Amino acid sequence: MADANKPVGKPRTLFEKIWDAHIVRPATADTPAILYVDLQLIHEVTSPQAFGWLRERGLEVRRPERTVATMDHSTPTTPRGSDGRIPVLDNAAAAQIAQLETNCRDFGIELHALGSEGQGIVHVIGPELGVTQPGMTIVCGDSHTSTHGAFGALAFGIGTSEVSHVLATQCLLQQKPRTLAITIEGTLHPGVTAKDVILAVIARLGIGGGTGHVIEYRGSAIRSLSMEERMTVCNMSIEAGARAGMIAPDDTTFEYLAGRPRAPQGAEWERAVAAWRGLPSDAGATYDREERFDAAALEPMITYGTNPGMGIPIRAAVPMPDGATTEKALKYMGLTGNQSLLGHPIDVVFIGSCTNSRISDLRQAASIFKGRKVAAGVRALIVPGSQRIKKQAEAEGLDKIFRDAGADWREAGCSMCIAMNGDQLKPGQYAVSTSNRNFEGRQGTGGRTFLASPLTAAAAAVTGKITDARELT
Amino acid sequence: MEPIKTLVSRTVVLPIDNVDTDQIIPARFLKGTTKNGLGEKLFSDWRYDAQGNRKTDFVLNRPESQGAQVLIAGDNFGCGSSREHAPWALVDYGFRAVVSTSIADIFRNNALKNGLLPIVVESALHRRLLADPGASVTVSLEDQTLRLADGTTARFAVEPFARYCLLNGVDELAFLLAAEADIAAFEKSRQETGR
Repeated sequence: MADANKPVGKPRTLFEKIWDAHIVRPATADTPAILYVDLQLIHEVTSPQAFGWLRERGLEVRRPERTVATMDHSTPTTPRGSDGRIPVLDNAAAAQIAQLETNCRDFGIELHALGSEGQGIVHVIGPELGVTQPGMTIVCGDSHTSTHGAFGALAFGIGTSEVSHVLATQCLLQQKPRTLAITIEGTLHPGVTAKDVILAVIARLGIGGGTGHVIEYRGSAIRSLSMEERMTVCNMSIEAGARAGMIAPDDTTFEYLAGRPRAPQGAEWERAVAAWRGLPSDAGATYDREERFDAAALEPMITYGTNPGMGIPIRAAVPMPDGATTEKALKYMGLTGNQSLLGHPIDVVFIGSCTNSRISDLRQAASIFKGRKVAAGVRALIVPGSQRIKKQAEAEGLDKIFRDAGADWREAGCSMCIAMNGDQLKPGQYAVSTSNRNFEGRQGTGGRTFLASPLTAAAAAVTGKITDARELT
Repeated sequence: MEPIKTLVSRTVVLPIDNVDTDQIIPARFLKGTTKNGLGEKLFSDWRYDAQGNRKTDFVLNRPESQGAQVLIAGDNFGCGSSREHAPWALVDYGFRAVVSTSIADIFRNNALKNGLLPIVVESALHRRLLADPGASVTVSLEDQTLRLADGTTARFAVEPFARYCLLNGVDELAFLLAAEADIAAFEKSRQETGR
């Protein structure tokens, strides 16, 4: 394999180095490149058919040790009953969960099952275990696989057919995407978070603006983000249409990974870090496109419409509709052009999802909940991203802050982000949610979602309305 | 997968931009372990009311839409989640082609693997198609053309390998399995260089 560190003349981007190092067979005029996959993550919803096709064709999983599975999408977030049973929503969800257990057992795949200490949202546990590493190619049957790009990996979502391709061959047929540099220089103001950064990026690019591209986030504002914040940014790359978002690995990355259960250890660690230091884009490397942002100009963001590109600074007015699509969105949301969202009453607050369910997100939310109560008539649901995060939050007493405030503290899972497990909005309800999608019905049929940061979500929970969290701190 | 060579069909027009996969097939229908039967759930929240009755104002419920194989949609069709259930639902319903000014990457990949042709056209032609629901069109994958009744013809792009697979009704997995020697050699060379 080509060494990612080897100078090959032309300066290369982070993406190009990883792409080049994983080419099993280059593209020809008639066939796409064959790309090697270092790690496939599996969950219960997009994998059953893939395993079924393997069985039909009598195929094995080629590299089970490069495959890690968990359960998150259709799993309950309510605790076990007094009888020890896990309260799965319905027979279909139970069958899907049982099928993943069977598939992992039959094909020899590591499974972090419901009820185990390693269970959690697939994009939370990969980094937590240290299986997500710089320079890797990582895929999963889930569009938020872009999260893992925060480590300087090329990570993207695939469909179930492609899940079966990787299970059977550890490879994918791929067209080479174009590159888009998002450069953010300067310092964020207090109260402006990673979630606000990515919502501002998506608002400018539009929900389809990154289609066909891999994004590399760069600049001093990105460099100064923690790994958890970088994951929040990369996570929502797909909401601008980009399959992957990446950030060059640096000391922040290595400090996060050091000592994690599946990270390299000892001399192997030293070798790995030396190789990873060669991954950042070379000076003079060029991108197909670039967009620049001034970090100091960014404000806390919130969405007003029915896709994540419909976002505005929280103190700004809702834009006037400019066609059938935005008219439909505002009608669905029950909003009018030119109105302010501040003070808009809400029914539900959801803090969780692969975007914002990590310990730093929970700490931020707790900073608002502490000494306050959830407003009358509001339901606040707080769902940690993994069982390990849940345990850590409880060790720090965050669960007590949430419970004392009157919020609901749950088991780990995707929960109300995708609303497959019974955690959902009722028709017409308004939610402020730290998740990633405000599509019609995404959080429950007829439900209406405002996407925002954990700070903004917590502020809405304690005031019962959309609130600029900077007024509470 | 059913091969596609030529489609002759009326169009169904859904003039909404950014139709996401949650609209195409809501998440609550993703709990199956097979891909069968999703056509009934296609566009479920737009197609049925809370009681499960068909909404008469939704385009798929109109008599003139029945049997059409070509969907004309607004810009950026198929954005959002990677669920392959979206093309499964469209194909199970009876669609064989989706036409837009842009189609989301993951949806496009998934569509091509399921006998659903993603067709990107110029905005002028797109406007004509949007303005003329029920128009008769002919799609030739062999020629990579979309032809209107008046003879107006537009060429569209399809990845050559995906086109080959669609024309012949074969899937990509066989091709990847046949690359075993190259895959093994790649793994061996990485082992030797300690990566």
